[in-house]
Amino acid sequence: MIKLAKQNNLEEQDLKGAYMDALIRQAEKDPRIVDVEADLANCINGPDFKAKFPERFFDIGIAEQSLSTISAGLSAVGKVPFCHTFAAFASRRMCDQNYISCAYGKNNVKIVGSDPAISAGENGGTHQANEDIALMRPIADITIIEPTDTALMHWAVRKAAEDFGVYYIRVQRTDNVQIYEEGSEFEIGKANMIRNGNDVTLIATGNLMLKTCLEAADALSAKNISAQVVDMFTIKPIDADCIVQCAKETGAIVTAENHTIVGGLGSAVAEVLAETFSLVPMRRIGVPDRFGEVGQPKELQKVMKMTAEDIAAAACEVVAAKQ
Amino acid sequence: MSPNEEREFRRVMENTRLNEMKKLALEIRIETLTMLAAHGMGHVGGSLSVADCIAVLYGSQMKYDPKNPKWDGRDYLVLSKGHCGPALYSALALKFFFPKEELMTLNHLGTLLPSHCDKNLTPGIDMTTGSLGQGVSCALGMAMGLKLDGKPNKVFAVIGDGESQEGLVWETMLLAPAQKANNLIVLLDNNKQQLDDFTDTIAPLGDMRRKAEEFGWFAVTCNGHDVAAIDDAIEQCRRADKPGFINMNTIKGKGWKEKEAVNGNHGVKGMTLDSVRPVLERFKTQLAALG
Repeated sequence: MIKLAKQNNLEEQDLKGAYMDALIRQAEKDPRIVDVEADLANCINGPDFKAKFPERFFDIGIAEQSLSTISAGLSAVGKVPFCHTFAAFASRRMCDQNYISCAYGKNNVKIVGSDPAISAGENGGTHQANEDIALMRPIADITIIEPTDTALMHWAVRKAAEDFGVYYIRVQRTDNVQIYEEGSEFEIGKANMIRNGNDVTLIATGNLMLKTCLEAADALSAKNISAQVVDMFTIKPIDADCIVQCAKETGAIVTAENHTIVGGLGSAVAEVLAETFSLVPMRRIGVPDRFGEVGQPKELQKVMKMTAEDIAAAACEVVAAKQ
Repeated sequence: MSPNEEREFRRVMENTRLNEMKKLALEIRIETLTMLAAHGMGHVGGSLSVADCIAVLYGSQMKYDPKNPKWDGRDYLVLSKGHCGPALYSALALKFFFPKEELMTLNHLGTLLPSHCDKNLTPGIDMTTGSLGQGVSCALGMAMGLKLDGKPNKVFAVIGDGESQEGLVWETMLLAPAQKANNLIVLLDNNKQQLDDFTDTIAPLGDMRRKAEEFGWFAVTCNGHDVAAIDDAIEQCRRADKPGFINMNTIKGKGWKEKEAVNGNHGVKGMTLDSVRPVLERFKTQLAALG
């Protein structure tokens, strides 16, 4: 059961900190867990894990392909490796290794990608993983989650550790607001209704875009448009039932993701709508089909047309298209 | 037993052990070629060049239990040059991991024996390979995991010289010594050829033994068609306190005279059991001569 937070206040802990806390907590219970890093341990509180479990911490250096394959090997002898690097490298650089040695080989590897898309900010176009979900999504049997806040992150790490199989956990870098009460129990492949509404459904993934959708919903209500907001924190397997239900209930959908609109959440939702004969007016908000650039996440959100105003405008369009 | 008698006893035992490995190598070649010819096509060259190495591993060096392929006391083998699965499948069948009849199902829909090694299909296969360069890095991960648990198991990985053009091989060259993976032994089937041409024509590897040594491995070169030499090289690696690297000089297509070290022997098409019969007969004659 999930319990929604009464207020969406800024959380004290960022999602990277929440990830590492959860991993350490899980590692205390499960001696199979190892932390594998590729010279970015300091960017995700890796030293905390190292201090606690020095033998179970591997920093292999700047070798992301090896990060994936070494993790597959560790899994093959019974370890549960959580391997971390920036999302850009976890997806683009490690793609074939993730596909063959981890997933096709049926190994138990948890791939953790931090700083996705515009949350990589000043690191610029080379480091902004706009397409990590799109690259991971075609891998059979993989589970893709973008934990929305610290409560969900704590749950997700535990779930990934307990389940056998390849997980991709996307860890946002920017400030995060609380969405759920700590101790909420979630379900893989089951989206959460964050706010009810009648006229349009805003489907988001990740804290940044969920928060932006909530702002957009506020702006829409001032225009007498009632928007429901859904947290699609599992991108694969996608909650098709929820999407169909939303299409039936509101007849208009806007997706919002911190990711290219090609191949990510928006595409996954569109696939469901098309294949279930549930086509309704729809818009995808996210990084357009272009490369990234340096800038503050807030600035990039404007440049990429991913603001609450952009979402509200798209919502107005799809609502208008219903008539 | 007097010291002289004991020495003589040991010599006879050692000769028997080496002879058994030689026989196993020929049996692997016979099964490999039979299976590929029955199928009509396949990776003949690299499977024949690696046969002696596989024979040493399964004839003497590795611990395994065919009745319990997942036995946790086993040594692990990762055939990183995964396309040479047929040579390994032959050894596994000859060592009773599965019935020999399975060999005739190579690459048939639903087979246990796909063109490239698959740990989830074939009893006795420890890692899925086929995308070159990845297997050897997985082997390092396995070695790291076993070391973490303080287990004595060894991890063997067989790579190709063509495969060594992959960057991931060189990441592993750098990382295995850094991780102090002295339970990992990599065997390079240096057969001097790759799919398109001779390796030297495309991207020469140079002295791989020296390179491995420079990277911090215990490294030796040996004749990859001499079972005693391979066996001795592995023994040397076992005694070293570093990851072991064995540069095996081999001949692609070894044993099939007409296909040895000639272009186009990587994957051979249009084979039939009839067309390879003379080669099989030669192998069988050599096998009979070993007693």
